[in-house]
Amino acid sequence: MHDKAEPTPADDRATPRSGGTGSRHDATAPGVRTVGAGDSLPHDSAHKHVTGAAIYTDDERALDGELHLAPVLADIARGTIQAIDTTTARAVEGVVGVWTAADVPGRNDTAPVFDADPLMADERVSFFGQVVAVVAAEDLDTARRAARLVEVDATAEDPSLDLATAFERGDHLRPPHRQERGDPDAALSSAAHRLSGELVMGGQEHFYLEGQVARAVPGEDGDLWLSSSTQNPTEMQHLVARILDRDMKSITVEVRRMGGGFGGKETQSAQAACLAALVADATGRPARMRLRRHDDMVTTGKRHDFLGRWEVGFDDDGRITALVTDLVGNAGHSVDLSEGVVDRAMFHVDNCYFLPAARVSGHTVATNTVSNTAFRGFGGPQGMLVGESVIEAIARHRGLDPLEVRRRNFYAPVDRGDGRDTTHYGQQVTDNIIAGLVEEVATSADYDARRDEIAASNAQSTVLRRGIALTPVKFGIAFTVRHLNQAGALVHVYKDGSIHLNHGGTEMGQGLFVKVAQVVASELGVDVARVRVSSARTDKVPNTSPTAASAGTDLNGMAAQFAAREIRGAITTWLADRDDVDPDDVVFADDQVTVGERTLPFATVAHEAYMARVPLSSTGHYATPDIHYDRETGSGHPFFYYAYGAAVSEVVVDTLTGEMKVVAADLLHDVGRSINPAIDLGQVEGGFVQGVGWLTTEQLHWADDGRPTVTGPSTYKIPAIGDPPEHFEVRLVPDSVNLADVVYRSKAVGEPPLMLAISVWCAIKDAIASLADGAVDPPLAAPATPEAILAACDAVRADGVN
Amino acid sequence: MTTDHLPSGDPGGTPGHAHDHGSDLPADLVESTHAVSVTVNGRLRRATVPARRLLSDFLRHDLGLTGTHVGCEHGVCGCCTVLLDGAAVRACLLLAVGVDGRAVTTIEGLAAEDGTLHPVQQAFHDEHGLQCGFCTPGFVMSACDFLADNATPTRAEIREGMSGNLCRCTGYQNITAAVETAAARLAETGQDPRARCAGNDPDSGSGAVARARMGATPNEAGTTGRGPAGQGPSSTGALDDGPGDPGSAVGEGDA
Ligand code: FES
Ligand code: FES
Repeated sequence: MHDKAEPTPADDRATPRSGGTGSRHDATAPGVRTVGAGDSLPHDSAHKHVTGAAIYTDDERALDGELHLAPVLADIARGTIQAIDTTTARAVEGVVGVWTAADVPGRNDTAPVFDADPLMADERVSFFGQVVAVVAAEDLDTARRAARLVEVDATAEDPSLDLATAFERGDHLRPPHRQERGDPDAALSSAAHRLSGELVMGGQEHFYLEGQVARAVPGEDGDLWLSSSTQNPTEMQHLVARILDRDMKSITVEVRRMGGGFGGKETQSAQAACLAALVADATGRPARMRLRRHDDMVTTGKRHDFLGRWEVGFDDDGRITALVTDLVGNAGHSVDLSEGVVDRAMFHVDNCYFLPAARVSGHTVATNTVSNTAFRGFGGPQGMLVGESVIEAIARHRGLDPLEVRRRNFYAPVDRGDGRDTTHYGQQVTDNIIAGLVEEVATSADYDARRDEIAASNAQSTVLRRGIALTPVKFGIAFTVRHLNQAGALVHVYKDGSIHLNHGGTEMGQGLFVKVAQVVASELGVDVARVRVSSARTDKVPNTSPTAASAGTDLNGMAAQFAAREIRGAITTWLADRDDVDPDDVVFADDQVTVGERTLPFATVAHEAYMARVPLSSTGHYATPDIHYDRETGSGHPFFYYAYGAAVSEVVVDTLTGEMKVVAADLLHDVGRSINPAIDLGQVEGGFVQGVGWLTTEQLHWADDGRPTVTGPSTYKIPAIGDPPEHFEVRLVPDSVNLADVVYRSKAVGEPPLMLAISVWCAIKDAIASLADGAVDPPLAAPATPEAILAACDAVRADGVN
Repeated sequence: MTTDHLPSGDPGGTPGHAHDHGSDLPADLVESTHAVSVTVNGRLRRATVPARRLLSDFLRHDLGLTGTHVGCEHGVCGCCTVLLDGAAVRACLLLAVGVDGRAVTTIEGLAAEDGTLHPVQQAFHDEHGLQCGFCTPGFVMSACDFLADNATPTRAEIREGMSGNLCRCTGYQNITAAVETAAARLAETGQDPRARCAGNDPDSGSGAVARARMGATPNEAGTTGRGPAGQGPSSTGALDDGPGDPGSAVGEGDA
C-alpha cells in the first residue's frame, strides 16, 4: 500500500543494469537468458531511503480517532500481583481505557511454540519489565504519562538470575537434548591429552534502530488489519487471532519494511501487535503501539547468554579424539524459541572440525529475565565460540599455532574416503570447501608473515600487545524445524507489461525484495524496473514462515521463480501454438520476447496474451527437499547445505588498561553464485561488525533485584563508525556454486558472516597469550570488554609466572 | 494533548482528532501551548504546540515530515538529525518552541524540486550506504553539515566527524565511502552541502538556488558549527528573510 504507483524521477537511476544480459548466469531453462540476477543493483528502496520517502510503520499517518498505547511494566523480577489499580490512570482526560490480562477475550498467550508467554502478566510476574497492563489514550504523551499512574501491588520474591546456579538446580524449561557419537567416555580416557574448560558468553540486544511498533485498524465483521514491524506476519496473524479468539481469516497483517530486525522481530513483535489489536478490537478505533527505546530494551528478548562446559581429548598433534560438552542457554522466563536456539548451538559446536567421538548436550534453562529469542545466528555463534575456544586451548597446550590445530581438525573432503567427513549429528559434509577457503584468505591476508612480525613486535613491547587469528565458519542452512522450510509467492503480469511481485518474505534491510525481484526479472527476461515488489501481506500469500534462518532468498526466491516460470510457460505455449514454432524457439530476453524470427516488446506480448485469454497470474510454492532430523537419536540431515567463510583479524590490546582496537580484518565469504554481490557484501560486512559488537563492546547487565541496568544506547554500546578496522577487506568467494539446488545456485548470507567475528575474539586471546609466550590459554569471557581483557591479562600473568 | 492547531487546510497538518483538554488534568499533566513559526525546508510553518512538544514529534506528526526518524529519543543514535540554521542537531533533544523563528532543514528539504538528488543523497544511493535505511536520513543530514565544515576530509576525519550517528545494519564501510564520494562531487560543483540541491531543471533557475541557500541565512553566522543541540543563539532572522505573510491563512510561505 505504500508503493507509489508513479515512478519517481530518479527511478531510472535506481536501476542501472550493469553487466548487461545473462553475463553472470547460464540459462536455467531453455528459452531464457537471465537479466538482473547477478547484478549489483541498489536496494529497491534506496532512493526512498535517501529522500526520507520510505514509510515505516510509525510513519503511517494516523487515522481519525487513532489511539496511542503505552505499556505498564512490572517493577519486580519475580512475584505475585495482588491488585492492579487503574482508577487514577483512567481518570486522566484523554485516556480511553486500561486493559489487563483479565480483559483478553481469547488466550492470554503469545508463545510461538510452547505455552507461557503471557501477553500481559496474569498474577505471576516472572521478569522485571513484564507488561502488566496497557493504557490507551488520544495521544502518546498522555498514554505514557497515564501508564505511570497505574498502581500495581505485588509481592516480590527473590529472582533467579544466575545461569550456572539455575542449571545446576535443574531449572530446565525443556528436556535436555543430546547428540552422541562413538564412546566419548572411553575415548576421553584413552586420549593422550585431556583438557576441560568453561566459557561464559553474554547475550546481545538487537538494537534494531526502528523499535517495536504495530498499528491495528478495525474493519467489517470483526476483522482487523495490522501494520506491524515484524519478520513474521503469519505468526502475528495467528497470535492476534488467538488472543481475540478469532479465526485467522479475520486478521490481515501487512509489513512493508522494518528498520532492522536481526531476529528481534520474529516473535518479539507479538506484544505490540497483539496489544494494538486488543485495543482496536475493544474500542472499534485504530490503535498504535510504539515502544520507547527503554521499554523495548526492557520488555523484549535478546540473544541468549550461554554457558559452555567442555572436556576434550586429543593426540600429540592436537587432533581431537573426543569432545564432551554441555551447552547451557539462558532461555529467560519462557521457552519462546529457546529450544531451537540451543539445538542450533549444538549443531555448530563442531564448526569445521571433525569430532570422532562426541557427546553434545543442550540445556534450555529458566531464569527470571526477559525471554531470550532469535538473534542472527540463532545459537550457532554461541556453539561455535565454544568449539573455537576448545581449539585455542589445545593449541596453547601443545604450543602450536591455533591455525595449525584448526587445519589438522578440518572435516575431510568426501572423496578422501577416511570417514572424517560426517558431523556428530550424522550429516555428511558434502560441500566442504573449508581448507581451500582458509588457505586463500591466509595467503591474501599474509597470515604467516604477519604472525611472525607480530611475535617480534610483541617481544619488544611490554604494554601494547598485538594478536592475530584466522577462524573459519561452517553454518548449516535450513530451519531446524522442518515445516518452516516452505514459502509461497504470487506474481501478476499486467496487460501493460508491468509486473507485481508478492512473497512471504519480509524486508528488513537485507535486500530480500530486490534479490527476489531480480529472480523474477531474470525468469521473464525483463528489466527489473518492470517489477514492483509489494509489502508482505497475509491475505496475498498465506501461511508464511518467518523471514529468518538466513533462508529468505532461498525460500522466497524459489517460490517466486516457480510462479514466474508458470506464467512464462503459459505465454510460451500460447505463442508457440499461435505462431507455429517450437516452444524452445520462444525466448524471453532483453525485455523482449523472440518467437521464431519475430521479436516483440515484452509489453506487447503481455497485452496480446491478455487478449488471447492466457492466464498472467500465478502462485508458486517451494518446499526445501532432503531435510530431516530425529531428536530421539540426535541424528539426521537437518541442513540443506552449508555456507562457509573465513576471516583473519588483527587487534592491539593495552595490557594495563584492557583497552582494545581491531586494526585489520580480511573476510572471505561464500555466497555461492551471488544474485546481488553488492547486497551480499553488505550482509557480510554488517554481520561481521555486529558479531564484533557481540564479542567486544555490547554488554548487558542486571542489578541484583533483576532490574536491567542497560536500557539505551547511552549505556549499551553497539559498534559506531570508528569501530570497524581501518584495514577492512571483504570479499566473496569467486566462482563459487552452491551444490544444492538453490535459486541460481546462490547461498544464504544473512547469518553466517556474523561468526567471522570470532576471529577478533581469538585475536584478542592471541594478544593476551603473548604475555606468557603463548603457553597459557587466556581465560577470556565474552564479550571481551576492557574489564574482561584485563582480568584475562592478570590471570595469564599470574599463570605464566607459576 | 494533541492540540496541534495547524490551520485547517494545511497539507502537513495532523488529521482528525484534536482534543483540547487543558485544565482538568492532574497538575503534572497540565501543559501550556505556544504559537511557533518555523521555516522548514524553505517554507514558513506556523502551529500552536504544547510546551513540551519535541522538535522530532513536531516535524513527524504535526508537519508530516516522517523522513526524520526517531531511534532512541535520547540523543544518542543520530536518527533524528536535522539542520538548524545550517548546523546538525538532534531533533529529539530540542523542543518545538525552542526553534521558534529559526530555520530547519530535514531530509525532505535536500533534493531539488525537480527531483534531482542532493549530492550527498546521491552518494549514499550509489555507494550502497544503507540497508534498512532507518539511519540514513540522519547520516545524510550529518554528512551535509560535516562536509560544510570540511570539504576534503580524509577517511579518518570522516570516521571522526560522522561518529555521532549509529547504524546497526551496515559495517559503515559504504557510509564512509558515500561521504567520500559526496565530498568529491560537491567539490566539482562548489555547492553548499547544507543547501537544497538546485536541480537540473533549467527553469528552476536562481529562484530555486535562492531557496536552496535558505540554510545559509544570516542566522548561520551566529551558529557555531555543530555545537551542542539546541544551544545556538535564538534569532528571528529566518522570518525576516522570508516573504511569508505572518497572517497567511495557510500558515506557510517561502522563506
Ligand atoms: S532519536 Fe536517537 S538521537 Fe534522536
Ligand atoms: S541501514 Fe539499518 S540502521 Fe543503518
